Amino acid sequence: MSPVNPLHPVITAENLVCELDGKKILDGLSFSVCQGDFFILIGPNGSGKTTLMRVLSGILKAEGDLRIQNRSRKDFSCGELARKIAFVPQQISDDFPFTVRETVLMGRSPRMGMLGIESSRDKKTAEQVMEFTSVLHLADRHLNRLSGGELQRVFIARALCQEPEILLLDEPTAFLDLAHQIQIMDLLEKLKKEKDLTVVMVSHDINLAAMYGNCLMMMKQGRIVCMGAPGEVLVFSALEKTYGCTLLVDQNPLGDFPRIVPVPGRFIKKNMR
Amino acid sequence: MPELLKRICMVSVCLLILLVFAGLLGISLGSSQRMQSVLQYFFTGKEENAMLADILWRIRLPRVLLAALAGAVLSLGGLVFQALLRNPLAEPYILGISGGSAIGAIIAILMGLARFPGVCLCAFAGSLCILLLVLLMSSGKSGLKKDSLLLSGVMINAFCSSVITFLLSVSQDTRIHNILFWLMGDLSLPDMKQTGILALMVLPCFIVIFALSHRMNILLLGKEMAQTLGMNTRAVMLILLVCTSLMVSATVSYCGLLGFVGLVMPHLLRLLLGPDHRVLVPACILGGGAYMIFCDILARILPEQGEMPTGVITALIGAPLFIFLLRRSKK
Repeated sequence: MSPVNPLHPVITAENLVCELDGKKILDGLSFSVCQGDFFILIGPNGSGKTTLMRVLSGILKAEGDLRIQNRSRKDFSCGELARKIAFVPQQISDDFPFTVRETVLMGRSPRMGMLGIESSRDKKTAEQVMEFTSVLHLADRHLNRLSGGELQRVFIARALCQEPEILLLDEPTAFLDLAHQIQIMDLLEKLKKEKDLTVVMVSHDINLAAMYGNCLMMMKQGRIVCMGAPGEVLVFSALEKTYGCTLLVDQNPLGDFPRIVPVPGRFIKKNMR
Repeated sequence: MPELLKRICMVSVCLLILLVFAGLLGISLGSSQRMQSVLQYFFTGKEENAMLADILWRIRLPRVLLAALAGAVLSLGGLVFQALLRNPLAEPYILGISGGSAIGAIIAILMGLARFPGVCLCAFAGSLCILLLVLLMSSGKSGLKKDSLLLSGVMINAFCSSVITFLLSVSQDTRIHNILFWLMGDLSLPDMKQTGILALMVLPCFIVIFALSHRMNILLLGKEMAQTLGMNTRAVMLILLVCTSLMVSATVSYCGLLGFVGLVMPHLLRLLLGPDHRVLVPACILGGGAYMIFCDILARILPEQGEMPTGVITALIGAPLFIFLLRRSKK
């Protein structure tokens, strides 16, 4: 279970435990994410993926040792953490009265003064990230006038406006059609390559994860099942045990990574909670 | 100068002019003197009528200032609650915060305490209790939704008013008529000194809330989102809530229950100026003050004899607007 690139870990977790309402949601996770990784969390519903994202983004507190760039999470102030890590949550609400530009500019707030008066540099950064995520033409529109894919890109732009070193995303492709899914994933890959960002995301789409991720972590019931390159993680035995259904695993014709197809009528009950 | 500052200044200057105009109108209009002689007094500066000058400076000016302060506080209170609870219908009066202050204030009055600091402190304690209750109900595990927050507010309000009635009927105090009049939102009590004390209590709150206005924008994204943007959400919300209850309870202990003010002005200004709280906070302070002065003028000149409590006018305007907003938010 060694990480792909052991040289520069940006996130290191040692025995991470998170309890909500007396229930252990994360049960002793130890892993590390390295500089420049495209790190994807997979696993069935309720396996603790979203909770882990919330812990990493600083919304929830967890026991155990969590280090960001070799510094304990506890030593970071809220503002410092927000300049290192940006988070795009799963449920994005369009019930927000501001325009796209104003929303993206709010990503600058960890780098702004009290009143959030934007400097020309703030504005330039906002324009750049809107250009990068191709939402610049929507800049003066209101959020409730956007489609799902546009909204997702706006919130990625908002996160990028923080100029983070680590970008966390919770299922950014959920609720999107195929073309928009690929658009978002391509965008994330471009970010990773051109801006040297470390991307950590949750995905329910194992095939997308196999295509884009360089390190996958499969979770079940708050524990890590296995971790490593897509070819190592996405093997028949581990997948069947984790998801509780029979899956067909073969080579994806597009490249050197596995392709997973669920087999109808082979749902294994005893493995489900 | 950044655009934003320019915008804040422009809006503030425009509304300040409106406020000053309302103030002058409020000083010159009234039951006892003809407009003409007041104007004459203003322009010539001659004190032909010593009583007129006395009425203008000793009675009407403090009253106008008090109205401006009360309007500013209640509008701003509405704005803050609407942002924090992310509910367009939230307002100190509707949530029962004003009612809680009134209970505290009445207990203090019946105990014979002075208006400052006794009544103010008791009112503050009352408003904090109600605030805690509202927050517990709206944020707990059950997570009350928009409508249930309002329903619980209505219930708390009903409970508060019955406690008030209970206190008044048990006490058999001779000052009951005065207390009743005050309860309905009355601006006729103060002199200059009392208005000054109130101003000293609420002005720091204005400054703190303005300093946190950008954070209120971010809070509209949701608490967790704000947290990932590096905001200490718990501290910010606590400061805002305590500031708001402090200034609302201080206002209640001077002017009684002025309902729905916190609904009218924030919504009107939001329609005109957009959602940015950095503009809305100063706009609510100045615009809310002007609105309340106008309401008070109506309360003074509408009745043929005597005057009516200002709270009657604010509710007459505000309650229909509330129903309109409720209908619109359902759609």
